[in-house]
Amino acid sequence: MSAPASGGMPATVLVRGLERRFGNTTVLDRLDLSVGAGEFVALLGRSGSGKTTLLRTLTGLDPVQTGEVRVPAAQAVVFQESRLLPWKRVWENVALGLEGADARGRAEVALEEVGLGHRLAAWPLTLSGGEAQRAGIARALVREPSFLMLDEPFASLDALTRLRMQDMVGALWRRHRCAVLLVTHDVDEALLLADRAVVLDKGRIRASFPIALPRPRRHADPDFARLRAALLDALDVRAVDQAA
Amino acid sequence: MPDTLLPDGILTPARPDPAHVPAAPASAALARPRARRAGMAGRRFLSPLLIVLAWQAASSAGLISPQTLASPWQIGRTALALSADGTLGRNLLVSLGRAGAGFALAFAAGVVLALISGLSRLGEDVVDAPMQMLRTLPALALVPLFILWFGIGEVPKVALVALGGVFPIYLNLFKGIRSVDPKLLEMARTLRLGRRDTIRHVVLPGALPDLLVGLRLSVGISWLMLVVAEQVNASSGIGHMMMDAQDFLRTDIIMVGLLVYALLGLGSDQGVRWLERHLLRWQPPSPGYRA
Ligand SMILES: Nc1ncnc2c1ncn2[C@@H]1O[C@H](COP(=O)(O)OP(=O)(O)OP(=O)(O)O)[C@@H](O)[C@H]1O
Ligand SMILES: [Mg+2]
Repeated sequence: MSAPASGGMPATVLVRGLERRFGNTTVLDRLDLSVGAGEFVALLGRSGSGKTTLLRTLTGLDPVQTGEVRVPAAQAVVFQESRLLPWKRVWENVALGLEGADARGRAEVALEEVGLGHRLAAWPLTLSGGEAQRAGIARALVREPSFLMLDEPFASLDALTRLRMQDMVGALWRRHRCAVLLVTHDVDEALLLADRAVVLDKGRIRASFPIALPRPRRHADPDFARLRAALLDALDVRAVDQAA
Repeated sequence: MPDTLLPDGILTPARPDPAHVPAAPASAALARPRARRAGMAGRRFLSPLLIVLAWQAASSAGLISPQTLASPWQIGRTALALSADGTLGRNLLVSLGRAGAGFALAFAAGVVLALISGLSRLGEDVVDAPMQMLRTLPALALVPLFILWFGIGEVPKVALVALGGVFPIYLNLFKGIRSVDPKLLEMARTLRLGRRDTIRHVVLPGALPDLLVGLRLSVGISWLMLVVAEQVNASSGIGHMMMDAQDFLRTDIIMVGLLVYALLGLGSDQGVRWLERHLLRWQPPSPGYRA
């Protein structure tokens, strides 16, 4: 029932007994979760299980009704849609709200890092879906978060672009070493990127799978397939998967 | 048919000139859209031109008496004469001054009121209800009251223009502020933007397209108000010039006044369009539907 951080890492994020109700329906029911410093956690769960609700609470968009939530102040979030301001150029979007010297320079470095160095002055509505999502990731990274939240950031991208973006997020994480909570529907994505996959169901973290595979990870790895089966089992989609 | 209206050279088929063969495809590709545009513009001007020609023919043949409607030729001569002796320029300046002052007042008041009621609930309670009630009044029906209050000088005219122009600005900007995408507001919160920065970077730019819609409506209404104000009682201005001409059955002068009003309306509309293109250049061009 408890979901400890893997290893002896100090917890960057700590959630204890979090409850969230909308009217009579309880979406989060005494949920416990912790994410270690620099740990990459994938959050899985069926549609409507409350993943976005949890993220919104962690970023402070929704209030904590009951329970305890500890998150670092240096945090950033990337939503499923990029949510760029269409009237600001790409670099201005990334630099928005940055404090300190040379916000523009730092924004440009972050954009180079996600491979958008050639689109610095573009208007957001002229970006492709993948480019817009990368700009959103640059906007999060430029804040040097110690905790980064990603809510299905690649869900609307085509398969090929998604693979590229997964690689990029993996590389960025290795370089920045921030704690990451990645919400995803894609079991393979979780297995490629995360140190640990947790499954949210009926308001609680029901399962927690450490993923001790060596990186870079390959689908062909027999351990990969074994973990994949276990995860799908926990998500209760195994039967559907075989029927298809 | 429209091809005959094209400027020389654009559609001329390239003469077989071996020296220019490599360049020909590129220049043809460049010229074609331009030629097409010129052709469309030509087509658009064709039918008005025919109407004016028919009108002139009817006037010359004595089918239309000058007291009913002056001929285009006569109107043109009168326009030149009025410009030459300064009558047109003097009256135009007066009209422009009234419209400009009234519109500036409308814009300033509309923006300030919309900011007050758009950005705070208290402001909405105080400002919005009276504005919604006032806007149902037909502004033109206030002319007698304005004359009683302000006399017959410049004040009632400017006030009438301002009153007509203020509501489109207020209503559209208010709606724009209130309908800013909530997802972008959430994003601003996750970036820890303060209230001031959120208003400056998210709310106001998001409301700008609506403000520009209001601006365009407001400019149109301002001219309408000006026409009425100048014809009810005035001793100068384009409207006065036209009313004076009425006493002497000078339809040519009346037509010159109409033409000036039309040009003013057209010019200010082009101005607002230019402003839209410039301020909303972040919007991808929407080609719209054209058969
Ligand atoms: N503001 C709200 N008012 C009422 N119910 C809500 C509200 N927000 C979310 N819910 C409900 O809470 C439940 C969890 O929603 P949430 O968006 O967190 O799901 P999710 O796990 O992110 O799903 P998905 O994978 O489809 O994005 C859903 O049943 C949803 O209908
Ligand atoms: Mg969701």
